Amino acid sequence: MSYLKSTFRHPESPKNALGYTEAVYEGALSTLCAGCGHDSVSSTIINACFELSLEPHRIAKMSGIGCSSKTPAYFLKGSHGFNSVHGRMPSVATGANLANQDLTYIGISGDGDTASIGMGQFMHLVRRNLNMVYICMNNGVYGLTKGQDSATADVGSASKKGLPNMYKPMDLCELAISLGSGYVARSFSGDKDQLVPLIKGAIKHNGFAFIDVVSPCVTFNNTGTSTKGYEWVRDHKEATGTVDLVPKEQAIIVSEPNQILETIELHDGSILNLRRQPNSLDIQSRESVLKSLEDSKQRQQVLTGLLYLNTEQESTHQIINTADKPLSSMTKEELCPGSEILEAINESLR
Amino acid sequence: MSQASLKKSKIESTYGSKMRLESNNEFVIRFANVNGTGSASANNMFSKAVFRMGVPVSPKNIFPSNIQGLPTWFEVRVSERGYLGSRGDVDFVVAINGQTLKKDYDTLVPGGYFFYDSTKSLPRNLDRDDVIDIGIPLTQMCIDNYSNPRQRQLFKNIIYVGSLAYLLSMEFEVLTNMVKEQFAKKEKLIAPNIKALELGYNYAKEHFEDVCGLSVTRRDNVGDAIMIDGNSATGLGAVYGGATVCGWYPITPSTSVVEAFEKYARKYRIDKETGKNKFAILQSEDELSAIGMAIGGNWMGARAFTATSGPGLSLMSEFLGLAYFAEIPLVLIDVQRSGPSTGMPTRTQQSDVISAAYASHGDTKQVCFYPCDPADCFEMTAKAFDIAERLQTPVIIMSDLDLGMNDGMSRPFVWDDSVEYDRGKVLNADDLDNLTERWGRYKDIDGDGIGYRTYPGTHPTKGAYFTRGSSHDDYAAYTEDSEVYEANMERLVLKWETAKEIAPHPQIKYRDKKSKVAAIFYGTSAQASYEALDGLAENGINVNTCRIKSFPFHPDIRKFIEEHETIYVIEQNRDGQMRTLLINEFNIGTRRLKSILNIDGMPMRARRIKRKIELMISGEHVSPYTTANSSAVGVNS
Repeated sequence: MSYLKSTFRHPESPKNALGYTEAVYEGALSTLCAGCGHDSVSSTIINACFELSLEPHRIAKMSGIGCSSKTPAYFLKGSHGFNSVHGRMPSVATGANLANQDLTYIGISGDGDTASIGMGQFMHLVRRNLNMVYICMNNGVYGLTKGQDSATADVGSASKKGLPNMYKPMDLCELAISLGSGYVARSFSGDKDQLVPLIKGAIKHNGFAFIDVVSPCVTFNNTGTSTKGYEWVRDHKEATGTVDLVPKEQAIIVSEPNQILETIELHDGSILNLRRQPNSLDIQSRESVLKSLEDSKQRQQVLTGLLYLNTEQESTHQIINTADKPLSSMTKEELCPGSEILEAINESLR
Repeated sequence: MSQASLKKSKIESTYGSKMRLESNNEFVIRFANVNGTGSASANNMFSKAVFRMGVPVSPKNIFPSNIQGLPTWFEVRVSERGYLGSRGDVDFVVAINGQTLKKDYDTLVPGGYFFYDSTKSLPRNLDRDDVIDIGIPLTQMCIDNYSNPRQRQLFKNIIYVGSLAYLLSMEFEVLTNMVKEQFAKKEKLIAPNIKALELGYNYAKEHFEDVCGLSVTRRDNVGDAIMIDGNSATGLGAVYGGATVCGWYPITPSTSVVEAFEKYARKYRIDKETGKNKFAILQSEDELSAIGMAIGGNWMGARAFTATSGPGLSLMSEFLGLAYFAEIPLVLIDVQRSGPSTGMPTRTQQSDVISAAYASHGDTKQVCFYPCDPADCFEMTAKAFDIAERLQTPVIIMSDLDLGMNDGMSRPFVWDDSVEYDRGKVLNADDLDNLTERWGRYKDIDGDGIGYRTYPGTHPTKGAYFTRGSSHDDYAAYTEDSEVYEANMERLVLKWETAKEIAPHPQIKYRDKKSKVAAIFYGTSAQASYEALDGLAENGINVNTCRIKSFPFHPDIRKFIEEHETIYVIEQNRDGQMRTLLINEFNIGTRRLKSILNIDGMPMRARRIKRKIELMISGEHVSPYTTANSSAVGVNS
C-alpha cells in the first residue's frame, strides 16, 4: 500500500444533507494488505454513513482484536473508536450503549474474534438484542497470526498452508437467526451494491443487526482451494433479492416500482424496499430462511442478501426500561438520593 | 480481650458443683444450626436485640456452600467495650444441629454453657464436668404447640431465642417489639411468634433459674451506630456515588453487592414522571463480560462498576490491563473469599491482595482500597468513582466475605450534599472549541501524568480519538516507537505517584512514640488487631499501629516502618501478601516485617493474635499462623 494518503478531493464532490462530502467519513490510511476484503467493507461503511447523513461524532466504532478489528481506524475519523480485547467487543459495546443509547453503534469483528474466542459474548449480545450493527468480516482464517483455519472455514477448504480444514464450520447467520436477531444478512466484500443498502438497513433497524460479510484474506486464504477466496465466492454467490433503504427524511423515489414485492417500515419511519429474485425466500420466516441457507449449502452456493427481518422486537433498553435521557449525561442531582434520605436509611438500620 | 472479665464461680446444680463463667455484656455465643431451616433470621433477631439494648454486638454467619441440610454456625460477640472483631473461643453454645453436637460441645471454654434440644438425651460422650448443660425440649414443645411441619421447624428457632432472653436476663419487650416491627405487614404472624418467644422464656424460667452467669444489661454504648452488612453498604455507596451502569455475574460472596445496588436503585432512582430507570443493570454471561460492560460504560461517560470475588477477579485480569493501559476509569468490588481456585467459597480471606494490586499481564498496577467496616464500604465505594475518574484508572474495593456478608455495627453513613462529583479531566464541546493547542488524549499537560479525555458524541469535529490496548502515543495513535512507548509507560508511573496523594491515607496511631514495636493491618484484620493490641498494652507492651487504607502506599507508611524495629503485619492469607507488597514497593528490609497470619477461612480472632505476638516477643520461634501450635497457645476453637 502507499504510505501517503491523498488529501486531494474533487472540488465538486457531492454533499449529503449535512453538507458533508464523503471524505468527512473516511479514516486513516489502512495498513492491511493490498486487496484485503476488509478495506472494501470499510469503504461501504463510509458510503452508507455518508448516504444516511449521519453525524460522524454520533457514531461509536467498537471492535475486538484481529485484522478486521483494526479497520475502525480506517473509516469515520470523526467518531470515537474502541479497539478492545480479543472476542470481548460485545460486552464493551453493551456497556457503552447502556451508558448512552443516543449514539449509533457499529461493531466490527472477524471470524476468529466472533466464532471462536468471542462466541459466548456474541451469543449473549444477540440474546439481549442490543441496538447495534455487528459486522463480521469473515475470511475463514486467522490473518494476524499468519494463516490458521478459523471456526467458519468449510470442511475441505484449504488455505495457503495447504491442509484442508477438518472440522465443521459455524454458520454465524444461522446462529444469529436461531438466537433471535431481528436483522440478519450475508454479503460479500466485493459486492458494494448489495452491501451498502444492507448496512444502511442495519443502522436503521431497532435492535441487533448482524451482517456476515465474506471478506477474502488475499495473503493467507485466497487460494483456488479455499471457499472464502474471491474466485470461489464470486462463482458460488446467489442473492435472496435486493433491498433499498429509504430513510425517513428522504423522498421515496423508486426507479422500478413494479419490481418491489414488499415494503417494510422500520422503527424510525424509514422504509425498506425488498426486491426479490424468483428464488427468493420469505425473510420474515425463520423456518424458511434456515431451510434456504441449508439448501444453498447443499448446492455449494453462498446465499447472500437480507436473510431475516423482524422489526417487532424490543431492544435492550426497552426490555430493561431505561430512562430516555442517556445515563452518561445524568447529573448528581438526578442520581444521588441526598443526605436526608441517607439519614432515614440510617434510622431504619438502628 | 483477656478472660479476666469473665469471672468464674461455683454453682450447685443437678449435675453437682461446677465452675461457671460469669460476665455481664462481654461474651461469645455460638449457634450451631442446619442451613435452610430459617435459623439465620432468628439468630439475627437475637443479635439485633442485644444491639437495641445499647450493647455493641457483632454477629458472624459461618455458613456452608450449600442451600439446605449442612451445618452452619452463627457466632455473636457481645462486647460492651465495643470490640467487634472475632474474639476467639466460645462461652455459650446453642446446639441445634445433631450432626455437630460433639464438635460444638468441645469448643466451649471451661465454665461455658451448652444449650441443647433435650427432646433426645445427650450422647454419653458429652460429659465434660467443666461445662454447664442447659437442656430444653425444643422439638417436643413444637410438636405440642404447632401442627404444621414448617412452623414446627421455624418456631423452634424462635423458642430458643425466648429461652436465651431469660437465661441472659434480656429485656423481653425488646424482642416482642422486634417481632411486631418485622411482621407489621403480616399481622397474623405476630401472635404465634410472640407465643414461641414466651414458650421458650417460660420453660427456661421454670427449669433454669439462676443457672446462667452470663447476662446482657441495657447500656448506652452504641450511640448512633447502625447495623448493616458490608455488601449492602457497598451497593448503597454505588447509588450515592452516581453509578448508573452495572454488569455483573453472580458469585459468592459478592452477589449481594449488586442485589443491594438494585434494591436501592429501584427505590431512589426511578424517574418520577416516566417510571423509567435511571440505572441499567445487566446480569452478564461471565465475569469477562461483566467487566467489559463496566469498561464500556465508563468509556462512554457513565459511572459504571462490577462486583466479583477471587475466581472472577482472575477472569477479569485481561480487561483490568486494558483499563489500566487505555486509562479508563472503573470501579471493581472484590469481595474476597478463601482461595486458591474454588477454595472455600463461603469462608473469608484476604488473599487477593497481590493478584488485585498487580492484576493483568505486563507492567500493571491497580489502585486498591481496603475497607474495614460498613461505613468504610459506603464511603470508599462512593469515593472510588471520583478517584477512578480523576486518575482515569480502575479502583478495586478489597472487601471480604466477613465484612461483606455479616451484619456489622458501624458508625452511621454520612453524606455532604454540597460536595459535587469529581468527574476528573473531561473536555466538553466548549472546552474543545477554546483549545489553543493541539489536543492529545494522553498528553500530560499538568505534570501529574493524567491527560484530558472526551466522551464519544461530544463535538461534531473535535475530540474524537481511538481507544486501544495497543501501544499508543500522546494522540492515541498506534505506535511501535520504543521511545514513545517508554515515555508513555513512565507517564503512567508519574500518574501512580499522583494516586498516592489522592487515595485514602493510612490511619497511624502511636500508643507510645518511643516504642519500637508496631503492627500493620488492613480491612477486616483491623478490628481484631486493635483488640489484641489493647490486651498487650494492658500488659505493658505498647504497639503502634498503621491501618493501610489504599494501594499505592502513602509515603507515611514507609516512614512508619522505618521508625520501628519490629513490625507485625497482620493479615488473613497464607503467604503474607501485604508484607510482600510492602517489601516490593518500598524495597525495605525483610527482617523487621513479621507476618501474623490467619488462614483458616474464619474471621481473624483477637485472642490468637495477642498470644502469637506474646510468643514472638518472648523470642520463641513460632510459625506465623495463628491456627498453628494451638495447644501451645491454649485456645481450643
